[in-house]
Amino acid sequence: MQMLTAEETGRAAARLTAEIKKLAGGRTIRIMEVCGTHTVAIFRHGIRQLLGDAVELISGPGCPVCVTPANYIDAALACAKQPGVILTSYGDLLRVPGSRESLAEAKAQGADVRVVVSPLDALAIARQEPQRKVVFLAVGFETTAPTAAAALLSARQAGVENFLLLSAHKTVPPALRSLLTQGACLDGLLLPGHVSAVIGLAPYRFLVDEFALPSVVAGFEALDILTAIRALARQIAAGRAELENQYRRVVLPQGNPQAMKILLDVYQPVDVEWRGLGLLKESGLVLRPAYQVYDASLVLQLKTQPAVEPKGCCCGLVLQGRMQPAQCPLFARECTPLKPVGACMVSREGACSAWYNYGKRGEGA
Amino acid sequence: MKDDLILLAHGGGGLLTQELVEEIMLPAFKNSALAARDDGALVQISGTELVFSTDAYVVKPRFFPGGDIGKLAVCGTVNDIAVCGAKPLYLSVAFIIEEGFSRRELSEIVASMAQAAKEAGVQIVTGDTKVVERGNVDGLYITTAGIGQRLPGITVSGSLAKAGQDIILSGSLGEHAMTVMAQRHGLTLPEEIRSDCAPLNGVIEELLQAVPQISVLRDVTRGGLATTLHEIAEQSGVTLTIAEEAIVVHPAVRAAADMLGFDPLYLANEGKFLICVESTYSQRVVDILQQHAKSGDASIIGTVGNGLPGRVVLKTLVGGERILDMPLGDLLPRIC
Repeated sequence: MQMLTAEETGRAAARLTAEIKKLAGGRTIRIMEVCGTHTVAIFRHGIRQLLGDAVELISGPGCPVCVTPANYIDAALACAKQPGVILTSYGDLLRVPGSRESLAEAKAQGADVRVVVSPLDALAIARQEPQRKVVFLAVGFETTAPTAAAALLSARQAGVENFLLLSAHKTVPPALRSLLTQGACLDGLLLPGHVSAVIGLAPYRFLVDEFALPSVVAGFEALDILTAIRALARQIAAGRAELENQYRRVVLPQGNPQAMKILLDVYQPVDVEWRGLGLLKESGLVLRPAYQVYDASLVLQLKTQPAVEPKGCCCGLVLQGRMQPAQCPLFARECTPLKPVGACMVSREGACSAWYNYGKRGEGA
Repeated sequence: MKDDLILLAHGGGGLLTQELVEEIMLPAFKNSALAARDDGALVQISGTELVFSTDAYVVKPRFFPGGDIGKLAVCGTVNDIAVCGAKPLYLSVAFIIEEGFSRRELSEIVASMAQAAKEAGVQIVTGDTKVVERGNVDGLYITTAGIGQRLPGITVSGSLAKAGQDIILSGSLGEHAMTVMAQRHGLTLPEEIRSDCAPLNGVIEELLQAVPQISVLRDVTRGGLATTLHEIAEQSGVTLTIAEEAIVVHPAVRAAADMLGFDPLYLANEGKFLICVESTYSQRVVDILQQHAKSGDASIIGTVGNGLPGRVVLKTLVGGERILDMPLGDLLPRIC
């Protein structure tokens, strides 16, 4: 992307904003941003306030932490409490409430929970501590699943047998299908740039073919997001429904075939539970039988209980775009980033957390 | 049981730290010097006004480009005293060392402290050394405390920001945090990105002598610019509005922060400070700062207003507005 000066960026944004407002023609366009990184970028750049009544931006189910059910955290805690286990996790997961406690609380009580930025860091720990089982909490969408799979393949190649994955990987298209089948009332979708870089455009084709919903792949800079919203507004104004890629500098139509090959070699799709969305058909990724010696849930014989959702929590409705965070009765009262009740308030990319942190309890958001 | 536990996030300098201090420390230690909530305490001994400050250092890795735990321990306390409008004079140091720690490494760290003290013009005049059993600490922890003499005619405090004043930042953000985190997470940063860890008392003293009208001085450390602004907005009961375009962040720092999911406005610094001053004096302040290597990127980044007390607003590059809140606790790398 061409580097713009601050002044040029400001001018380009003003032009795009004016065009979007004109295209909206006095009505409010309802657009869902699927991805949590988009949610944060939208707040970070003040894009909601910039667009005013012309566009209502609704946060979708694209924060991997938010959609991870409490019983996954419970299973992780059960891992951490087994003797000789080191639990490794991305930082976001530490504060997510399980049914009774979070990983941060278990860590404070002595569980060996370590924050890593990559599954390769977890693999390095496994090499350093061969006597212990190192479990990597493999959470995320198509963006992170190939990296965890690559770490597992490296472990196999190097004969590291104490590296285990507890997979809660999920795929984005089934969640979108579920939302639309349930009748989410939307005018357009802002599709996730990072996920699309891996899967390409084809898996989104059903959005336009079956649901006639304008859909645009967007990058994460402020001007990327505004350009993608303008593309949606143009389609909506013209009564078109097309799949567009406004993030061509990163997303190729065919995605990343190498990453997809690793993903498909190592995992197989299964029906899994999403926090707030329920059981979605073939939306989860578990290890194929050939890799089950690396599956923490089998090796450590974890028994998962049904997830217990916190009383009064509306994360499910927020994730489906049926409720804005500030409409939840717990928002900013019982549920704050300091004492989160639901997962959407925990993750920095969660809709409730973004509303709270950047919009200050919804005012001006 | 759950609420009884101290979590790592309680030490991150954000809301959770604030909660801990307000609920446990402040009620127990209650006194007017502490209640001021500045970086150091203004105390009087036989009519002489002194500033007294202390800090503990547990940084990992202990050596990083641009500094080490020893240099940090000296500069941190020197800067806390300097931003209270005082000339730092004497420091104390306490070492807590793990059994089995390398003598050579300790010598290097102590030599670095001596060098930093020399640069800052302070003396380390007393100390303590404890060695604990292997496994009881992670290598080495250092605590420093210091005293300084208040500069005549200078009154600065986080509670003195007033509507109409300008906000000035002494330089670019995030170098220290990203240098340390890049080492911790095995990321490669360009060579020119180093921790900004440095004693600031020289430039601050020169500045205060030239512009004694400065009313707020704060070093921008843990919790970053957003947290420092928040503290000032709350202490003074004002709204602070800053412009994104005026804030300097090195592109490599921004890229590394993006990768790990951190906002540069919340990243720790060890050689930057904030000033609030009547707008008549702000250009003079910037001119003086820009003559020093440590503050060459200084600029006016915003203004103090009445609005809602305690609120910090960022005007974004694209013309939007965003509220900057206090961070919760420690910064954790995200998933994607």
